[in-house]
Amino acid sequence: MTEERDTDIIIAEDQKPELNNDWSGGDRKPFRTSYGKLMMWYFLLSDAFTFAGFLISYGALRFSSPSWPVPDKVFATAPFGINELFPNNEAPLIFVTFMSFLLIISSGTMVRAVQEGARENKRGVVFWMLLTVIGGAGFLGCQAWEWTNLIVRENMTVTTNPFGTYTENGFYLDPETGEPTEEEVVEGETYLLHVAGESHGEEEADPGGTQHTAGADHFSYSTTPGDYPGYVVDGLQADGTVNPDSKPFIHRKYVVTDELSGDLVVRTQEFGPSAFGALFFGITGFHGFHVATGVIFLLIILINAGSGVYVARMNGYEMVEKIGLYWHFVDLVWVFVFLVFYLL
Amino acid sequence: MAQHLSYEESKSAVWKGLGLLAAVTVAEVLLSLLKAAEFAESIRPLIYVASLAIIGLSVYKAYFIIYEFMHMGYEVKGLAMTVLLPTMLLIWALIAFFNEGDAWREKREKVLYKNSLQVPQGGDVGLAHDVLRLELDC
Repeated sequence: MTEERDTDIIIAEDQKPELNNDWSGGDRKPFRTSYGKLMMWYFLLSDAFTFAGFLISYGALRFSSPSWPVPDKVFATAPFGINELFPNNEAPLIFVTFMSFLLIISSGTMVRAVQEGARENKRGVVFWMLLTVIGGAGFLGCQAWEWTNLIVRENMTVTTNPFGTYTENGFYLDPETGEPTEEEVVEGETYLLHVAGESHGEEEADPGGTQHTAGADHFSYSTTPGDYPGYVVDGLQADGTVNPDSKPFIHRKYVVTDELSGDLVVRTQEFGPSAFGALFFGITGFHGFHVATGVIFLLIILINAGSGVYVARMNGYEMVEKIGLYWHFVDLVWVFVFLVFYLL
Repeated sequence: MAQHLSYEESKSAVWKGLGLLAAVTVAEVLLSLLKAAEFAESIRPLIYVASLAIIGLSVYKAYFIIYEFMHMGYEVKGLAMTVLLPTMLLIWALIAFFNEGDAWREKREKVLYKNSLQVPQGGDVGLAHDVLRLELDC
């Protein structure tokens, strides 16, 4: 046994004679597990509290908002024009479900890597860890596409949320004439505010997100900031000058019936709750950071395993078990991120 | 997965577990789409039932990942308890902060409502000095 341990780096900390005394304290290890695994559990516990803090603040802010963007509407895009195969060019939750599958499957391959490690099967460990790395990297790629789409095409930032939600029933005004139309505004429905003059590829002159009535088909929105009969383009300041820094979002106007007086009141599409962007990018970003870190550590341990470092340690590839715990935790956090951002 | 299973058994248990997690995820997405479907808008209880079912399924997924994939079910009880019991603190955090968020919304709505109220005019109140006093108070 000892002749295989002739260098320092390949000996697990708890296998070193001088440390072994500190940790063993007798015949048994505390909780019959190694120092490394136990401390990984406590690190994950502390990380769980960090994520819980973020997710609970998300919940508190969501409860404090009169409306919240409907996820089916916000997350309805997919790469390669896959969403165009669906009604209204919207593929609700399809892409993010695919992302979830990637993470779940990579969790399963990680369990296989740990099992092969317990059998001291080097080739098996390397093979299954490689699949896990591919799954994790695929997830990160998907998240990069999702973020790019939200930022570049849908103009969402940490402070601007173009996904608003109607809180009243009513009818749109015709954008050209400002007359009420038959086009309905439905309470609880989420719309995306578009930026004037930007083409998004699809039926884009339609910030309401619903089909246009016949007469409005040839209408195009002005790109000059100002207050028009049926819509408002952002950027006009109170003194009549145009703020060059503000994005010219188009807000359509609609009429609702006032509950008390019964009069028709004109409303303008508002931005959605401004905390949405910060919460979304903050929390999915923090999770993505964990995935990225996980992929890096998986790669390091994969290379170590491949070069035989853990063969010499003869502890059933415990390092693979430890990174496995971390990787499952990342999957576990995604269960809750997926729940609150995409499902509810 | 655990030591008490043979290698072949634990291998197939992984794929069964994966299938289970995938099926639960698909069920969650279908429930989520159902509650956002147009016909569901008029049926409020459906939205609550579907949401609760989704939360329940997610908690089940979390339990399965921790107990099977992370092997917590096969660790010493003391280890499991030192990791799991502290998370019980979060139950109170959930109740407290969600209540707090709800209270913020109510307060904001109250402020908006109060702001929309008009100061009574002389004719409505009847006495001219009432208007004067209201103006002074403001």
